[in-house]
Amino acid sequence: MRSSLLRGAAVTAGLALLLVGCSGPAATPSASTSASTSTSAPSEEKVTLTVATFNEFGYEDLYAEYMKDHPNVTITPKKAATSNEARENYFNKLAAGSGLSDIEAIEVDWLPDVMQTADKLYDLSGDDVKGRWLDWKEAAGTAPDGKLVAYGTDIGPEGVCYRADLFKKAGLPTDRAEVAKALGSTWDDYFNLGKQFVAKSNGVAWFDSADAIMQGQVNQLANAFSSTEPEETLIPLADNAPVKAQYDSILKAAMDDKLSAHLQQWQPDWVDAFQKGKFATMLCPGWMLGVIEGNAKGVEGWDIANTFPGGGGNWGGSYLTVPAQGAHTKEARDLAAWLTAPEQQIKAFKAKGTFPSQKAALTSPDLLSVTNKFFNNAPTGQILADRANAVKVNPFKGPQYFAVRQVIADAINRVDVTKKQSAADSWAQAIKEFNALG
Amino acid sequence: MTWRQRLSRWDVKSAPYLYIAPFFLLFALVGLFPLLYTGWVALNKWSLVKGNQGFIGLANFQYVLAQPRFWDGVTNTFSIFLLSSVPQIFMAIGIAAVLNANLRAKTFWRMGVLVPYVVAPVAVSLVFGKLFADESGVVNAILTNIGLDPIGWHSDRFWSHVAIATMVNFRWTGYNTLIFLAAMQAIPNDVIEAAIVDGANRWQTFFSVTVPMLRPTIIFVVITSTIGGLQIFDEPRLFDNFSLGGPDREWMTVTMYLYELGWNVQKNLGRSAAVAWLLFLIIVIFALINYAITRRIASSDSRPNRKALVK
Repeated sequence: MRSSLLRGAAVTAGLALLLVGCSGPAATPSASTSASTSTSAPSEEKVTLTVATFNEFGYEDLYAEYMKDHPNVTITPKKAATSNEARENYFNKLAAGSGLSDIEAIEVDWLPDVMQTADKLYDLSGDDVKGRWLDWKEAAGTAPDGKLVAYGTDIGPEGVCYRADLFKKAGLPTDRAEVAKALGSTWDDYFNLGKQFVAKSNGVAWFDSADAIMQGQVNQLANAFSSTEPEETLIPLADNAPVKAQYDSILKAAMDDKLSAHLQQWQPDWVDAFQKGKFATMLCPGWMLGVIEGNAKGVEGWDIANTFPGGGGNWGGSYLTVPAQGAHTKEARDLAAWLTAPEQQIKAFKAKGTFPSQKAALTSPDLLSVTNKFFNNAPTGQILADRANAVKVNPFKGPQYFAVRQVIADAINRVDVTKKQSAADSWAQAIKEFNALG
Repeated sequence: MTWRQRLSRWDVKSAPYLYIAPFFLLFALVGLFPLLYTGWVALNKWSLVKGNQGFIGLANFQYVLAQPRFWDGVTNTFSIFLLSSVPQIFMAIGIAAVLNANLRAKTFWRMGVLVPYVVAPVAVSLVFGKLFADESGVVNAILTNIGLDPIGWHSDRFWSHVAIATMVNFRWTGYNTLIFLAAMQAIPNDVIEAAIVDGANRWQTFFSVTVPMLRPTIIFVVITSTIGGLQIFDEPRLFDNFSLGGPDREWMTVTMYLYELGWNVQKNLGRSAAVAWLLFLIIVIFALINYAITRRIASSDSRPNRKALVK
C-alpha cells in the first residue's frame, strides 16, 4: 500500500526523487559467468533485447557497456514515466500472452500478483546467481514452487532520520551515535523518547504520519495478513491480534501522546511541513533521503541515525523479470543477470542512488565510502548497508496484502489525518471493509 | 429498367447509408463491442491478473449493490455533478452573453475563456491541490486572515466536493461558453431588434428572446455535461496523491470505485464491469429525465416560433 501511495504520488506530484523506490543493476564482469559464456561466442546470431523499466533504474550507461562487450546484442530501452503505467502494461500484456519486453522491471508491490502468474515467467535460477542477494530479497523473488523468477535490483533499508537542531532545542542528544542509543531498540523506546521530545518541543511533532509508522511496523511481521502454514490463508482482520496491537499502540502514540503531525505522506501539506519544521523524526528508507533533501531544501539540521525500532526494516525495491513469452529468453536472462550483478548495481547506485540488494555490493568500498552532505555528512553508505543487514524478516505478501494494507491505512488516516473517527470506530469500519474484500 | 438504371437507383438509395457507415462501423468497434463485452465480463468471475475464472451470473451485481462504498460513490458523484454542472451552465450562458456584446478585442476575450480548457487536468489538479491544501493552502490562508475557520478540504465530504467542482468548473465553463456563444451568434439580429423596437429592455430581451432560442443548445449542453459529470474521474482522482478518494472515500466517484475494484486493490474486473454497467444505466435514466425537464422548461409559450420567423 505504502508503495502504491508512492506511485500515486509520483504520478501526480512529479516528486521525481521518490521514483527511486525501485531499481538497481549490477553486473559483474567476473561473476556473470553465464553472460560471459554466452557472449564469448561471437558467432552468435544478432539479437535485439528490449528492457522495460520505469522511473530511474540508472541503467543507461550500462546498456552501452553491455552492447560493447556483446556485439551481437542490441538493447532497446523502454522507460515508463511511472510504475503505475508500467504495472498496467505488465499485467495486461502478461495476460494477453504477447507484447511484453524481453526484460520487464517490476516493483515490490506487484510481487504478490507476479507470483500468482509465475508460470508465465522464465526460470532465472542458476548457479551463477545463487546467493547473490540478501536472503530475504532473494526469497521474495522466488515463486512458491521454488523457481527464481525475479532478480533483485535495489532495496529500501530503513533508518531513522531526525532534525538535530530540533533535538537540541528539546534537550535531546544531537550526535547521531548518541541519538541512535537514545532511540533504543523497540517501538516503545521510540515513542517514549518522542514523549520527552514533545513535552519541550513547543508544538513540533515527533513523527510525520501515523500510517508511516504503521508501514514500518507492518513490514516487520513475517505474516502480517496471511498465514502460510500449511498454505496461504488470509487472517480475518477481526482476529488479527498482532496488527490490532500495532494499530492501537500507534494511534495511542499519535493521538493521546500527541506525537503525530497528523499528515499524510506525499500530500502537499506533508511536503510543506518540511519547510515549516512540523516534525522531528521520520522513518527513512534509503530512497527517502533524496525526497527529504528535495522537500527540506534550505533547512539545516537533518541527520540520520543508524538504528531502526523493532529491528531492521525494508520499504520498497524492485526486480527484473524475463517473461516466458519473449523470443530470446536465454539472452534476456544473461543480460538481466549481468545488470543485477553487484558491480553493475554499484554503478547504478552511483548514477541514480538506487541502493543495491546484492550481498557483495554491500561490502564494496565504493558503496561504504558514500556520505551525504545534506544529512550532516552522514556516512549513508555504511549506515544503509548496516540497516540492510539488520533486516531479518521476509514479510509474506499474499495476493490480498495490499488490499488489506489499504484498509488499515484508511483506518489510521481517518483517525490521525482527517480526525473524523475514534480509533475504535475506525477499526470497526476497517473490519467491515475487510469483510467486503472477499 | 436497364442494369445501369438499377445500379444508379441502388446507388441513390444506398449512398447515404454508405456515407454514414464509417461512423457506425467505428462505433460498433469501439462503442458497442466494449459495451457488450463489459456486460459479459460482469457476468463472470474475472481477475485482472488471472483472467476469466468462470460464469457466476449476477453475483457481481449483487456484490456491488450491497456495498455501502458503491452508494457512497453514487452520492458523491451526484453531489459533485450538481455542484459543477448547474453553476457551470448558468455561468457559461452569462459569460457568453457578455462576450456576445460589442467588446473591444473580441477574439482575445473569446480565446481567453478557452485557455483553462487547454490546460492539462494534471496541471490543474496540481495548482488546485496547492490552493486547497488543508494546512498550507492559499484558500485556507485567506479564510483565516479574514477571521473565518479554515475548511477541511480533504476531510469534510461536502467541502471536498466543492473544491473538486471548482476544478471542474474552471476547466469546462469556457468550453460551454463557446458553445453558447456560437448559438447566440446564430440568433438572427432581426428578432432582437424587433424586441427592442417593441420596448423590451436588455434583461427582457435576454430572458424572453435569447434564452428560449438557445433551447436546443441548452439541451445539448445539459446532456453532454450530464454524461461527463456522472463519469467524472480525472479531477477527483487527482485531488490527492493516492487517487482513492480519501480515507473514508469522501470524494470517491463511481468511476473511481470502478477503477479501485478493477485495477487498484481487488483487481476484480468482473465487479468493476458490473459497476460500469450500473453507471451506464444510471446515466441513461438520468439523461432521459434531464431531457424531459429541459424540454419542458425551455418550451414555454414565450418562445418565438422559428418556422413563423422564417416565413
